[in-house]
Amino acid sequence: MSVLIILLIVSICISGGFLVAFLWSVKDGQFDDDQSPAQRILFDQKTNKK
Amino acid sequence: MRNANTILSCYHCGNQVPDQSIAIADKHFCCTGCKTVYEILNDYHLCTYYDLNEKPGLAQNKVSRKEKYAFLDNADIEKKLIHFSNQHQSHVTFYLPQIHCSSCLWLLENIHKVNDGIITSRVNFPKKEVFIVFDHQATSLRKVVETLDGIGYEPHLSLNEISSKAGSKTDRTRWYKIGVAGFCFSNIMMMSFADYFAVSNTVDPKVAFLLQTIIVLLSLPVLFYSATEFFVSAWNGLKNKYLNIDLPVALALAITFLRSLFEIFSGSGSGYLDSMSGIVFFMLIGRWLQARTYQTIAFDRDYKSFFPIALNVVKDDRITPTEISKVKENDLIQIYSNEIIPVDAILSKGNAKIDYSFVSGESLPVQVNIGEIIYAGGKQLEGLLELIVVKEVSQSYLTNLWNNPVFTKKEPIKKSTYDTIGKYFTYVVLALGFGAGLYWYGRGEVTLMWNAITTVLIVACPCALLLSENYTNGNILRIFGLNKFYLRSPEMIERLSKINHIVLDKTGTITQTNGANVRYTGKVLSKEFRRIIASLLNQSSHPASKLAAGFLNEKKLSKVVHYKEIEGQGIEGWVEEHHIKLGSPAFIGGAYHPEKPGTKVVVFIDGEIVGEFIISNKYRFGVTKLIQSLKKKYSLSLISGDNDTELQNIEDLLGKDSEVLFNQSPQEKLEYISQLQRKHDRQVMMIGDGLNDAGALKQSNLGIAVVDAGNNFTPSSDGIIEASKLSQLDAFIQYAITGKKIVLFTFAISAIYNVIGLYFAIQGILSPVIAAILMPCSSITIILLTYGLTEWAAERHGIKELHNQPFPNPD
Repeated sequence: MSVLIILLIVSICISGGFLVAFLWSVKDGQFDDDQSPAQRILFDQKTNKK
Repeated sequence: MRNANTILSCYHCGNQVPDQSIAIADKHFCCTGCKTVYEILNDYHLCTYYDLNEKPGLAQNKVSRKEKYAFLDNADIEKKLIHFSNQHQSHVTFYLPQIHCSSCLWLLENIHKVNDGIITSRVNFPKKEVFIVFDHQATSLRKVVETLDGIGYEPHLSLNEISSKAGSKTDRTRWYKIGVAGFCFSNIMMMSFADYFAVSNTVDPKVAFLLQTIIVLLSLPVLFYSATEFFVSAWNGLKNKYLNIDLPVALALAITFLRSLFEIFSGSGSGYLDSMSGIVFFMLIGRWLQARTYQTIAFDRDYKSFFPIALNVVKDDRITPTEISKVKENDLIQIYSNEIIPVDAILSKGNAKIDYSFVSGESLPVQVNIGEIIYAGGKQLEGLLELIVVKEVSQSYLTNLWNNPVFTKKEPIKKSTYDTIGKYFTYVVLALGFGAGLYWYGRGEVTLMWNAITTVLIVACPCALLLSENYTNGNILRIFGLNKFYLRSPEMIERLSKINHIVLDKTGTITQTNGANVRYTGKVLSKEFRRIIASLLNQSSHPASKLAAGFLNEKKLSKVVHYKEIEGQGIEGWVEEHHIKLGSPAFIGGAYHPEKPGTKVVVFIDGEIVGEFIISNKYRFGVTKLIQSLKKKYSLSLISGDNDTELQNIEDLLGKDSEVLFNQSPQEKLEYISQLQRKHDRQVMMIGDGLNDAGALKQSNLGIAVVDAGNNFTPSSDGIIEASKLSQLDAFIQYAITGKKIVLFTFAISAIYNVIGLYFAIQGILSPVIAAILMPCSSITIILLTYGLTEWAAERHGIKELHNQPFPNPD
């Protein structure tokens, strides 16, 4: 059964990684504006003339 | 569009094109302002703006004067606006109330094509803000602002935004709390599965120990981080001797936690930590839903955000832009067209026509003569003025209103119905818990007694009530938001449902501020007479003359001799050998008896009354219908700062039972509301628009400010409604009332789960598995029910048509 113990610890670590990723993205401001990114992705990127 | 050939709409803003004189190729414009914006965009190859949405612009009827933003070169002011600066770049954030569609977003993020000095720009759509990074060696703050203004996005610069710059950061703690709670909840659930399905003694004791350690460790951040707001709120309630709904919630959380710890460490069970973290997670999501809709709108703007940042002060023939707080008494200042005068001042030069509609409610502009005083808050309509400051901003007439105690006193905590229900709920639960405890104690079963007391408290946490309240209000606020009706906080929904008296303001609220209806009654005017009248009217700049002249719309005019104007009375002169007098009934002479009062211009030609022009306010779309439906359910009053010329129409509209008051000062309006509340014990809703209503809005139980699209100023209020949606107000109130029923209904449904839980709890046999099944079932039932019911009710009240349109275009 000791394999279960290892698996438990591993699974907690993995999900902990996702939690950290989420907190990071919040801190980065990704959740501040939930409307503009949805629109932004639809704009065609014209070839840069510069 | 009935006929595409005759009705042309502006390529930029979609307004009707008056004549076809302003055009580029096949594109027509309503005004030169719109055309200029198009030209700029065309020059910089930014016409995608027009491809993304049809006619995305807003009308550009005013063109900014050249030196308008000169004050931004002032280093002090610049420093206050820019929030970060190093050798290469500066960062600045502007509030652009014009942002409304994806075209705006696209254009503003491509603004670097117009101004090379701009490095990047990023729009925050819900906040209507744009964050700009620019190279201050290649451009300047002033040029950035001028670029924005040039393409039709004039930034809203004001004292208020400057002073509270630091406060504009979004609060992200709720996200962190939800994230942590969600993580812990799901992992605790997973760890608990072993326990739920375990047949006795099949789990290895080592594994079981590890599982329980992890569960306890994971529950700590839930209780001590994510759930802190419930404890804080409960404690604040207790401190103010007030039992709010968070108190039983906090109590239940604490008891669940302690009891679970006891079970786990004594080895008698596995505790209810999974249910506890689950309920915290769902409650936090409910609170987030409630909060998200209104967090971006400023409800607490005062007069300061209405004023400009700087004024042009003339000193020794030199003009220096000066920060408004540094303008002193006796300074000579300049005011241009369409600018707000922020101080009390005496007119020394220029033709002053001041629009006070916002400060006092007067619907027609006021002509001010040289040497007379102009009060703060008035707006100059046309031409340059020079004024001598009499009172600084902080002491002006307008600012005085804000010294009223209403604005400084702390809002008393008002009990909501849900708090009261929560309270009784708690009493019943406590009684049940101790009753069950006593029963088991009497039978000598001490363990069962403890089991019963604690589990009853756990099961009976009024979380269900809190959840149904939060989720219902969250969705109601969202639907209101889609309808351009924004409430300051969820408590306002309940207040809205309790209203029994509605007080309306006139100017700008039920009537439109710009434009008036002109009617002519009397003898039919011949072509000659029309020309004569128009010629004389053309001499006068009085607003009534302008309106009447616009009504006649004669292009050919004759010469006027012996012209005479008597201030506030009328005008007189000779045109084409006819003597003509135009003016108020008093000016024309005694023989005239008007049937109905109102603003009128009587026409008197060669000793005979020919007819009269009647000028009346233009009511907003749908107001008549709204008032007729409100009249049936609520008592109404109308208080206006304007004169009583509109009395007859208003009385016809409101009916005999309503009180109608004119010539009310802001202070009188405030007192009227408080008298209604004190003497007649009414729940008053005030609907107003201007600064003159600010006191009344604040004093009322629910103050709603009416705003025109694109207008960025709203006085301090509990809610904001866009003028075009005012006609729906009745539906909104009814919806709020339905909302309350939905909360109670869902609560009743979910209480079934509590009763099942109680059934086990009283017997002292509530196992963690039963709790873990009941908790999510109850939460999910609530979420689905509240969502479904609020959507259904919105459809029934006819306020749902705007759904699926996150970016609605105005009109």
